[in-house]
Order: sequence, then C-alpha cells, then structure tokens
Amino acid sequence: MNLNRYKEALFKPLIDENPITLQILGICSALAVTNNLTVTLVMCVALTSVCAFSNLFISLIRNHIPSSIRIIVQMTIIASLVIVVDELLKAYDYETSKKLSVFVGLIITNCIVMGRAEAFAMKEKPLLSFFDGLGNGLGYSVILIGVATIRELFGAGTLMGHEILPLVSNGGWYMANNLLLLPPSSFIIIGLFIWAIRSYKPSQVEEDDFALSKHQTSEDLTKRELNV
Amino acid sequence: MNDSIVKTLGVAFAICLICSFVVSSTAVSLRDMQNENKANDKRMKILQAAGIFDPSKDIKEQFETLEPKYIDFNSGKLLTGSSLEEFLSEHKGDYDQIAATRDSNYSKSLSTSEDIAIIKNRENVGKFYLLRNEDNSINKVILPVRGYGLWGTLFGYISIENDFNTVAGLEFYEHKETPGLGAEVDNPKWKALWPGKQLYRDNEVVLEVIKGKVPEDDSNLAYKVDGLSGATITSRGVSNMIKYWFSDSGYANLFSELDYES
Repeated sequence: MNLNRYKEALFKPLIDENPITLQILGICSALAVTNNLTVTLVMCVALTSVCAFSNLFISLIRNHIPSSIRIIVQMTIIASLVIVVDELLKAYDYETSKKLSVFVGLIITNCIVMGRAEAFAMKEKPLLSFFDGLGNGLGYSVILIGVATIRELFGAGTLMGHEILPLVSNGGWYMANNLLLLPPSSFIIIGLFIWAIRSYKPSQVEEDDFALSKHQTSEDLTKRELNV
Repeated sequence: MNDSIVKTLGVAFAICLICSFVVSSTAVSLRDMQNENKANDKRMKILQAAGIFDPSKDIKEQFETLEPKYIDFNSGKLLTGSSLEEFLSEHKGDYDQIAATRDSNYSKSLSTSEDIAIIKNRENVGKFYLLRNEDNSINKVILPVRGYGLWGTLFGYISIENDFNTVAGLEFYEHKETPGLGAEVDNPKWKALWPGKQLYRDNEVVLEVIKGKVPEDDSNLAYKVDGLSGATITSRGVSNMIKYWFSDSGYANLFSELDYES
C-alpha cells in the first residue's frame, strides 16, 4: 500500500487538478445551486458521496465489465446511487430537497462522476478509486462553497440564512446586489477563480490553440500587393 | 473472455438486478418518512394560508389548533350529526379528498359547463379548517382549492376572514407551473397581494387575476389582483379556480351556515 498515492488521489483534485477550474466540468450545477450556501452544502455532500461510491463499486467489478457495455454499466450504477441519495434527501431533508428539485437527479449527467469512473475507477484498485472520487467531489465542493459564499453574502446579505450584512430593505445599510442571485453571476465568479488559480499556478494555463499573427496595417498590405 | 455474449448478458442482467433491488428497497423503506414530510409540508401551507405559522414551533402541534370541518358539496352544507359520524367512521379519521376524486363512489364527474376550473372530478365531501378566536367565535376559514393552470392542476389553500368575503391568504402546496413564470404563484410578493381582496360583490364572485398591473386608482381595486407576467394561462387558471370554488357548487352556501354557527 503506497500512502502517497492515496494522498495524491485525495488532495490533488482540490487545487492542482480541480474538476471545475482545470477541467471545466460540472459547470451546470455550479451555476444552478450556488445562490444559497445551505443548498450548496447539501448538493456538495450528495455529489461527493455519489462520486466516491460510484468509483468504489465500478472499481470493484472493473475486471468483469465487458468493454462493449461499460458506459451503460457505469451509468446504471451512478443512476442507482443518485436515486438512493435523492430518496434519502426527501426523507431526511425535505426542505432542501425541494429547493434542489431536479439538480440532485442531474448528478447522473454530471461529467465529473462519469469522467472519474471512466478515467480512473476502470483501471485502479477499489480503495484508491474511492479516495479519488472523494477528492474530486471535494474539489467540486471547494469551488461551489466559494461561489455560494460570495453569491449569498453579497446577493442576499446572509450566510446559510443568517443575516450578516443588514439589508437596506430591512433597515440596515447594505444594498443587495441582485445580479449575484442570478445564475450568470457564477460564470463571472468561477472565471475569477480560474484566473486566480492560474496566476498562482501558471502551469495550469493552457497553450494557445494557434498563434495570433502580427497585426498588419493597410499600408503593409498595399506594399505587399505591389511586391507581388 | 469478458466480451463473450454470455458474459455481456450476464453482467448486464446482474447489474440491473442488484441496482433495481437497491433502488426499490430504499424507496420502499423511506416511503413512510417521505409521506410524513409531504403531509407536514401541506400542514405548513395550511398554517401559512391562515397566517399563523411559527417556524420555531412543531408543525403538527400548531396544526392541532385548527378545527377540521367537512362540507357536503352535493348540498353545499356542513356535515353534521349522524351523517358526520358515519362519514368519519367510514374513513377512520383519515380522509384524503384528493384521493377521493379518483373513486367514483366518493366523487362526481363534472360536466364541461360546470367545470370552469377544469378539476374533472369533484369529491362529495371536502375537508376544511376553522381557526377560532379565544371566545370560540370564528376567526378564519381555511379552504382547499384547486384548478388547472398551464401544465397541471394547482393545489392550494385559501383563507377567508370571518366576514366570509375578505381573503386572508393564499398558498399553493403543489403545482407544475413553469419556474420563473407560472411558478411565481409561490412568490411571496405576489401572495402578499391577496390579503384584503374581496371575493363577492352583490352575491357574485368577482375577484379575479387580471392581465397586467391593477392601476392604483381603480375603483374595483379590491376585486382585482395583478397578473403574473409571462403566465397568462396560469393567472387565468387561478381566476377560474376562485370563481369555481366560491360559486354555489363550491363554498358559497357554506358561509351562511358558518355565520349562523358563530
């Protein structure tokens, strides 16, 4: 047992290989469920557990999955886990499950879960895969919690429903920024996160797909034409 | 080896079997708790419609303060005395009027001309609630209402002041309207427009959701509610719902009786 590999599987996805900021996966739910920190936390727990356990189960049977139906087998396992999580939420946290509505069900289509199953769990040992799933779920959670904190705090003046910045409408001094409660604001915030992380770790910056050519003025062009 | 037809079918079958077992056993084992949550959610909406919901207290306990009553829609009168006892013993105190609409023994199919709210089947008996003052006089009546919107039926409760004309609150506990448009029936700002509105003028139901905003100098201000923008059909559904349930085939005849009682 190589402890370093487990550590790597668990901690690398937090910043170095973050599924949202490096791989740009799972953006849909990051936009939709981040206007309230409580809802976000429940969503993070749901996704992390689905990701960890789907990796575990898929890795357990990886040597018996026929390659022709491997995607559908992974999907079946992921979908079952998501339904179980959804049912548990409806039973134990009805209020939040009502707010999350379809987004718990949509974990099935979350690229992070499927991506880890296909890229990692199909090749590696169960426990290591479990940690990898856990790590990626946590990487997703870190970004979502960051986004949700900013959105709820500056959009509604509250955190997890508790008043932090008293709003003007409630007799306080803070004028809420309603844009932050709308989904497009998470695009901006995630964009800023990506910028910050890539400035801190320039190795994450992608290479240009093609180099921009030097700007030519019309004068240059006429000269060139004359040369021809 | 893994890719032989037998193994492929075998793995597919085994996975399906195990997954369906896991999913169905979770669903079955958690059903009671989920139903309890749903029932509590409905109780909360009833309390909210009555305007007495206190989130810090137990929902079930608060709900006990409301007095359940039954109305016979065929006659429009309260169920009392022996017919009430008979009814309660038949349903063992656990009457679900929405379930009753699916049973022709307990409901009546409405003709198209009667059915303005498009509810199709109307239960024979409706269960509503009274909120009483300390001196036992009626404070509010909380009545179940439903009507078809754009995508499905809206289920809700409306509470009426003891003049049996002024709306005190409206809450929907189930609907399938479009989020952001028709689903704005859940928007607290829109719901806040309802208290104070009047249902009847000259014994006719006139309260309606209009298209657009009600002008502030409108002489009929008390009979009109702002429409939901982008949700004309939902707004119309809510109007029809009010019109149906407060007509003679709904609660209209009940009020004179309740007035007498209090």
